[in-house]
Amino acid sequence: MAGFDKVVSSYEEAMAGLTDNMTVIAGGFGLCGIPENLIAEIKRKGTKGLTLVSNNCGVDDFGLGVLLPDRQIKKIVASYVGENAEFERQMMAGELDVELTPQGTLAEKMRAGGAGIPAFYTATGVGTPVAEGKDERKFNGRDYILEESIVGDFAIVKAWKADRYGNLVFRKTARNFNPLAATAGKITVVEVEEIVEPGELDPDQIHTAGIYVDRLIQGTFEKRIEQRTVRPSNTQGEK
Amino acid sequence: MTLLREQIAQRVAQEMQDGYYVNLGIGIPTLVANYIPDGMEVMLQSENGLLGMGQFPTEEEIDADLINAGKQTVTMAKGASIFDSAESFAMIRGGHVDLTVLGAFEVDVNGNIASYMIPGKLIKGMGGAMDLVAGADNIIVTMTHASKHGVSKLLSNCTLPLTGKGCIKKVLTDLAFIEIKAGKFHLLERAPGVSVEEIIKLTEGELVVTGNIPEMTF
Repeated sequence: MAGFDKVVSSYEEAMAGLTDNMTVIAGGFGLCGIPENLIAEIKRKGTKGLTLVSNNCGVDDFGLGVLLPDRQIKKIVASYVGENAEFERQMMAGELDVELTPQGTLAEKMRAGGAGIPAFYTATGVGTPVAEGKDERKFNGRDYILEESIVGDFAIVKAWKADRYGNLVFRKTARNFNPLAATAGKITVVEVEEIVEPGELDPDQIHTAGIYVDRLIQGTFEKRIEQRTVRPSNTQGEK
Repeated sequence: MTLLREQIAQRVAQEMQDGYYVNLGIGIPTLVANYIPDGMEVMLQSENGLLGMGQFPTEEEIDADLINAGKQTVTMAKGASIFDSAESFAMIRGGHVDLTVLGAFEVDVNGNIASYMIPGKLIKGMGGAMDLVAGADNIIVTMTHASKHGVSKLLSNCTLPLTGKGCIKKVLTDLAFIEIKAGKFHLLERAPGVSVEEIIKLTEGELVVTGNIPEMTF
């Protein structure tokens, strides 16, 4: 690596420095836009006691779910954890600490963390279990709770394309939490489908600027689909 | 006759207006998309970062990078846009979505809603539901009026952990269309063939019935 070139040559190098008990923020929604090879590398490394921050926890044998059997995750901060039997078992048995967090609050925690904002007020969760132990304050007659932002020791991100400087372009709804996670890692590692030379991406079309990215690697992806839903090919469908 | 899931969706669709941006939750709310009146333009918001959700793809159109909030493969409608999750919830929390339709386990006379967990039994998480009920002004909850065993889900006080406090004003069940105001349920419409008495019997929270209650029309 030299100058702004963020490209690393192996997944081992991409996740170097990840040690037990660190906090990892992961992009992705369900199995869409997850950094699947970076997750696989964490499994291979066998790092334990991790706090994972991610909207979901994958399924039993794909995505973050693969870190469950070896008990690599100590705590997870997520908004939705259905569709994962081992997850539910560990949670009910008290083996896994789960902090259920509203999806918008989770996104904003990452965004704020990356922007140097330590906390923010939101109406989401007022009067619910989410508000327990949090500061409450009224603005213009309405109640809000104070939510603290999140910064990760590592952020793992999946983008579609990048240039060698780490400027990122995402594709369709695989964007989701990825740009937010990218801003909130002390070390942000990104895997992409294609790496091009600096200058080849249109600066107006870049979603995440390279300043947030520390390491970049090109991978191949399974892109598993969770709910394959189709209409017959000879119809226009409803609307 | 109690309403079928499709009929609940059909009745909700009558609340749509031309030019509405609408967020539909998972389950019955998703079906509402099938009953948007002809000639009306409605843009569906999917909280994973898509405004302008289209129909399901054909086998050839399937794209693993394009899903909805229920993780189903979808397509994009003409004029769609894509954004990240913080932006998506900025739309929701900022009150920019015109109508939100979502399911629930329980609602009560004070507009409280419980929809995300049953302690010791079912813990899946709130997803975007807490943001939606806190951020939206115009919300319709779709649910069954009572459990299979006849236990009311329209209560004087929710018993399950809340998703939101004091935020629900309209509920459409398989028996009735109900408005919540001033700490009471108000019966607006009943399902065809369902009597007012039947609805009263299955509504645990205080229900106000004023005058003749019309049947829903489809």
